[in-house]
Amino acid sequence: MSHGIRLSRRRFLQVLAGGAGALVVGIRLAEAADAPLPPALFGDEIHGLGPYVRIDVDGKVLIGARDPDTGTGVATSLPRIIADELDADWNNVSVVPLGLGVDNDNGKPRWAYGRQLGGTGGSIPAAWHDLRQAGAAARWLLLQAAARRIGVPASRLRCSNGYVIAPDGRRFGYGSLAAEASKIALPANPPPPKEPAAYRLIGQGAGDVDARAIVTGQVRYAIDHHYGDALVAVLAHCPWPDGTLAHVDTTDTLAVKGVLKVVQLKPEPGQPLGSTVIAPAVAVLAEDTWAALQGRDKLKLEWKPGASGGENSAALEQQALALLAGKAAPTTRVRNAGDVDTAGRKAAHRLDATYVQPWLAHATAEPMNCLVRLDKDRASLVVPTQAPQLAWAVVQRLTGLAPDQIDIRVPRVGGGYGRRLDHDYVAEAVMLAKAAGRPVRLLWTREQDFGHDCYRAGSVHRISALIDRKRQLLAWHQRMASASALARRGVPADRLWTSELQAEPLPAPLVPNYRSDWYALESATPRGPMRGMPHLSNAFAAESFIDEIAHLLREDPLKTRLRILGTPRQLPLDGGATLDTGRLANVLGLVADRIEWKNWLRTVNGLGIACWHIDGAYVAHAVEAAMQGEKLVIQRVVCAVDVGRVINPLGLQGQVAGATLDALSIALNAAITIKGGQVQQRGYKDYPLASMAQLPNDVEVITVADDRAPAGASFLAMPTAAPALANAVFRASAVRVRRLPLMKELLRLL
Amino acid sequence: MVPVQAQVVPTGQESGIVPEKMRDGIDLQVNGEHYRHTGDPQMPLLWYLRDVLRLTGTKYGSEHGENGADLVLLDGKAVSAITQPIAALAGKAVVTVEGLAAADGTLHPLQQAFIDEDAIGCGYCTPGWLIAGVDLLGRKPHPGDADIDQLPNLCRCGCQTRVRRAIKRAAAGKAGQP
Repeated sequence: MSHGIRLSRRRFLQVLAGGAGALVVGIRLAEAADAPLPPALFGDEIHGLGPYVRIDVDGKVLIGARDPDTGTGVATSLPRIIADELDADWNNVSVVPLGLGVDNDNGKPRWAYGRQLGGTGGSIPAAWHDLRQAGAAARWLLLQAAARRIGVPASRLRCSNGYVIAPDGRRFGYGSLAAEASKIALPANPPPPKEPAAYRLIGQGAGDVDARAIVTGQVRYAIDHHYGDALVAVLAHCPWPDGTLAHVDTTDTLAVKGVLKVVQLKPEPGQPLGSTVIAPAVAVLAEDTWAALQGRDKLKLEWKPGASGGENSAALEQQALALLAGKAAPTTRVRNAGDVDTAGRKAAHRLDATYVQPWLAHATAEPMNCLVRLDKDRASLVVPTQAPQLAWAVVQRLTGLAPDQIDIRVPRVGGGYGRRLDHDYVAEAVMLAKAAGRPVRLLWTREQDFGHDCYRAGSVHRISALIDRKRQLLAWHQRMASASALARRGVPADRLWTSELQAEPLPAPLVPNYRSDWYALESATPRGPMRGMPHLSNAFAAESFIDEIAHLLREDPLKTRLRILGTPRQLPLDGGATLDTGRLANVLGLVADRIEWKNWLRTVNGLGIACWHIDGAYVAHAVEAAMQGEKLVIQRVVCAVDVGRVINPLGLQGQVAGATLDALSIALNAAITIKGGQVQQRGYKDYPLASMAQLPNDVEVITVADDRAPAGASFLAMPTAAPALANAVFRASAVRVRRLPLMKELLRLL
Repeated sequence: MVPVQAQVVPTGQESGIVPEKMRDGIDLQVNGEHYRHTGDPQMPLLWYLRDVLRLTGTKYGSEHGENGADLVLLDGKAVSAITQPIAALAGKAVVTVEGLAAADGTLHPLQQAFIDEDAIGCGYCTPGWLIAGVDLLGRKPHPGDADIDQLPNLCRCGCQTRVRRAIKRAAAGKAGQP
């Protein structure tokens, strides 16, 4: 039994009676006038309802989490939005991850749950309204059910912690009302969500819902899943993405006990699967991982390089430096406000600087892997992905199955950082399952993870600024050269800059004459989205450069920044966003106070500061660092963030501290280099993430209390950590680091 | 072809008669249970745990175990499971993350402290941090920052500062307290 009301053209609020007297409320996307009725079977309706809440007769509340949790905490924070609207007792709530919701709309996919995307910083903003509506509707139904039962108007009842409470103090557990509530029709207008003053869970800290299962080793990631008859597949990839297999001898491999089959994987020329290119590979399929690995080591392979065989990251960098030093026209003039060319007449100072940033790998903790079972009319997969809808497209192309014959489960994911928006590993696993005629469990070794990533390309930024006698920024000309992450992905040439350079980064809206140019580099090394792009590279260049301006003007870099920001005001940006200079100045002030910035010149150690904003969220870092001989010690790190309303302060603290440490770790040590078309790094030894000893002992996180709609926070704290550190290092050592990774450059310059 | 087998060896055998085929194999203890491995003696412990025993809490991190995700306690000391062939483990006792809590489900103080301090990012490397931390607390019940600095684990989610707090909390006997 099911009924519901339409929330908007496409969104449908649905109520149904679950098995055993349960109440189920969900939000489903629907195109047709009649919303699809989910199967009445208990259990299936959960799958059919999307971001939903189910209240069982015993008062237990089950909430579905639709976005993959890659460690961003959305499996905790999103259900808490529903639970708060519902006035549920959080101790009685369990959260289940939802698989991909896909219906068959005449052969085309219809995404039943709407957007399912994790680790891109957008989960909370995208779900905020839907989830509150689902929770509010469930609460309204429970109130109506209680009102009917005791003959008191619903307006005189209230909800608290899993109970409806009558004026005379009688309490009715939600479970006891669930069956009746499921029969009540929703009003024509959806019940309004709570006023913020009534929030009880939103704004309160909550630990990860999976915490107990994680610390006891019970949480199963995709890599931990099994089908009993699945073969383990490991790969030997061609070292060149466009290379070919010249010779293979499998005799010794097939002699390994447990090895069943060797399969050659050839990419379809000119037809990238989904949005990704895959390198040729030879797969060894075996009864268990150990046999497969031994078999792979015994393969005798000869690979032939393709056109990329001459590629070299050092040469690409030289090419970028030459481009930016010359007068060549840019690939794209991204922005041109005022007149940079004539602004020089009033200038008292001119400053130029060049910043070089390396190629980076994703280095997810859980390597790429995928479990696939192919039946005649069904594909069942367990995939560590940030974007199950994109994974679906890859499977659909390879199998030709109908949209709803593809079942994609997404358990908790061991880190994403953008790597799992590409699904080369899913394509490989499906091709292998086809070839083997048995389910396949594909495992990439760490070597492959580093060697066959979709990297963030290295870049060179060159910034020139003009400053007048009154220390005002007159003009800013920013030029960047890089190999776009969007190249070879069907993106038009005039949009390739969008993954590399922001349209209107700081300080563009604050400078009368501003120009930014992007120069395209060609590279055959695969590239893809990376956490924090393009903010990470843009902020390191701009926020280091502002510090250099302060040094040129011989003034306090905090003062320089505040003068550039000017009076608190709202500046509309291209694309509809707004820069609130007051909120940005506020987070700067907060970190400055906490780290006692007033001593910035007198302190023995170096202090550095930086600020940034991303889609309505604001961040600043202050870092205190000292040199002990050739050792850099990061003594204090303070980060302030303003993300609007905070759903889970504990989760936010963790995300901010975590993103800070990640950004520091990358800035200190990380670099991918390419030689002869091959990536040279093969493991953590070559691509050292920072050790416990290299990182600060603490990250002091300050969050601004604010009641605006929540903005995403998953990588907000990344862009400012590295420039704040470089600025602190400058004051601690008098060495200006304009090239990352920082430690290598610092030791070169010291 | 038959995959490698795991057999639970009955403990407290009274007869003393061991069937012929049971003599081939390597006896080891995992989380208090006795097992006899009859497959390839060179199989690394990691794959034995994950593929044979289906104890998947110990994670694959890298070929040489550099990131600490595959740490287990071997006779009380943290070692990388991928570097330990079963052949070297005869008669030894292994504890994995699944074996840290007491039989009645009471968490080890460090497990509780990880929950208290929310010392979890994606959670994939958490079992390794716990094993490294339990090993450290066993050697140094009150570790200082310099001791904690020696932990070999790597983490991209940036849970290091929270792990540091969790270890100190467990050392101070404050796990489970507000």
